[in-house]
Amino acid sequence: MKLYLRYMSILFKSQMEYRTSFILLSIGQFFVPFLTFVSIFLFFQRFSNIRGWSLYEVALCYSVTHMAFSISECFARGFDSFSSTIITGNFDRILVRPRTTILQVLGSKFEFTRIGRLTQSIIVLIYALNNISVVWDIYKIITLILMVISGILIFTGIYMLGATLCFWTIEGLEVVNIFTDGGREMTQYPLSIYKEWAKKFFTFVIPFGTVNYLPLMFILDKVNGNKLIYMLTPLSGMLFIIPCVLIWSFGVKHYKSTGS
Amino acid sequence: MKAYVSLFKMRLLKGLQYRIAAFAGVSTQFFWGFMFIMIFEAFYSSTSNPQPISLTQLIQVVWLQQSFLVFIMLWFRDNELINLITSGNIAYELCRPTDLYRFWYAKLIAQRLSGALLRCFPIIIVATLLPKPYNFTLPPSFTAFILFLITLILGLTLIVTISMLIYISIFYTMSGTGSLLIFGVFGEFFSGLVIPVPLMPEILKKIVYLLPFRYTSDLPFRIYAGNIGLNEAIVSIGVQVVWILILLALGKLWMKKALRRVIVQGG
Repeated sequence: MKLYLRYMSILFKSQMEYRTSFILLSIGQFFVPFLTFVSIFLFFQRFSNIRGWSLYEVALCYSVTHMAFSISECFARGFDSFSSTIITGNFDRILVRPRTTILQVLGSKFEFTRIGRLTQSIIVLIYALNNISVVWDIYKIITLILMVISGILIFTGIYMLGATLCFWTIEGLEVVNIFTDGGREMTQYPLSIYKEWAKKFFTFVIPFGTVNYLPLMFILDKVNGNKLIYMLTPLSGMLFIIPCVLIWSFGVKHYKSTGS
Repeated sequence: MKAYVSLFKMRLLKGLQYRIAAFAGVSTQFFWGFMFIMIFEAFYSSTSNPQPISLTQLIQVVWLQQSFLVFIMLWFRDNELINLITSGNIAYELCRPTDLYRFWYAKLIAQRLSGALLRCFPIIIVATLLPKPYNFTLPPSFTAFILFLITLILGLTLIVTISMLIYISIFYTMSGTGSLLIFGVFGEFFSGLVIPVPLMPEILKKIVYLLPFRYTSDLPFRIYAGNIGLNEAIVSIGVQVVWILILLALGKLWMKKALRRVIVQGG
């Protein structure tokens, strides 16, 4: 853990060396999702609801997803751009060091410019919380925090799976984007608006449903029956990271260096 | 002229080499297409008011967007060109007995064309075979189809003209990331890729009609879907041509100016 923090502070300092570029990129990162939210807002100007969900409820959903995405992109960037580590053969160097591979890959890159995206989603969160009519209690707040944490773990897990694929394919694959970018875009709306197959896939295969849709029902008092199950679904989403770690270590064992 | 044509050919062949990448791209685009359609469908099913564009027309637009994605994306970038500028290899380019603006222009158009050729047919064919409300259908009339082709090609010319301006701006900023990001994001928004132009509020629609971006993708696709009438389409072709001429002149002028102060970064 100490080593991790050290990685972090060094990379932070190195990114701060290019201050203008850092600020510009952060602003850019702010605007990319901002325009997406503007479009959601404009949709709701025309259509009053989407399958019974109001703008503020969607905004809450959106902010949770984007917060989780931006944080995981900031910290797990090393996995996202892992193909270059393989191509250059730098992974050999990681293997000979007496620390776990996951820690080192995680520590190899931080994308602090994602602060722009994070700020944007926090603004949307505040906007949603201000307008939504929900009686907040301690359980709901815990659920909300769990949702974000679980989302971070799921996105990180997908990045790890994508990186593991690189052990065999060397090249990074565009298809992985379906699950990261695509997952993000899909889950900014509550999953219930989609077709059955999409809903099932994103609940049981990649458990995004446990991050936003199911616990959101609990927060918005849309549940009948056992509330505890809905409240604890984010915890089951967190389990997603375990097979990802296992597959990763399986991949590491099969690693053949590219040489160069 | 011959030099540009052969360069164009070379680029086209090079792009056609990457078949697996294209296949991966096609499946990704199907996913996005389905996602957009599901979201639109959900919105449409929640209202009974008539909308300025019908869901079927919108589905046509979505499939066209996905199949011609390479034509319409501003952020589709050529790292080679950016590297040329930032690494100083631009010196070689300047030694060539060709006009740099035209040279790059041919390169960029060929790149987009090869990307689209590979991707558009599989997407269109599969989308045609989909079950009823989601499938891709024929345009309302033959004239509409011809107008679609004309506006699509003019749109391609227009978008390359716009992206040339972005590349020239790299002479000044020395890093492509920032300007590409900002241009890409706003261009995408104003060309109706995030929210379809007919669904925008009136004020925003007026702004969008004043900017060149919507003439690259929104116009041809809505002609195909039958959402834009033939008369309006013919007028819009005129607007497209005017935009292309203005931006071409601007780009050439700016390029000349940029090249005069170009500093070759080591080597």
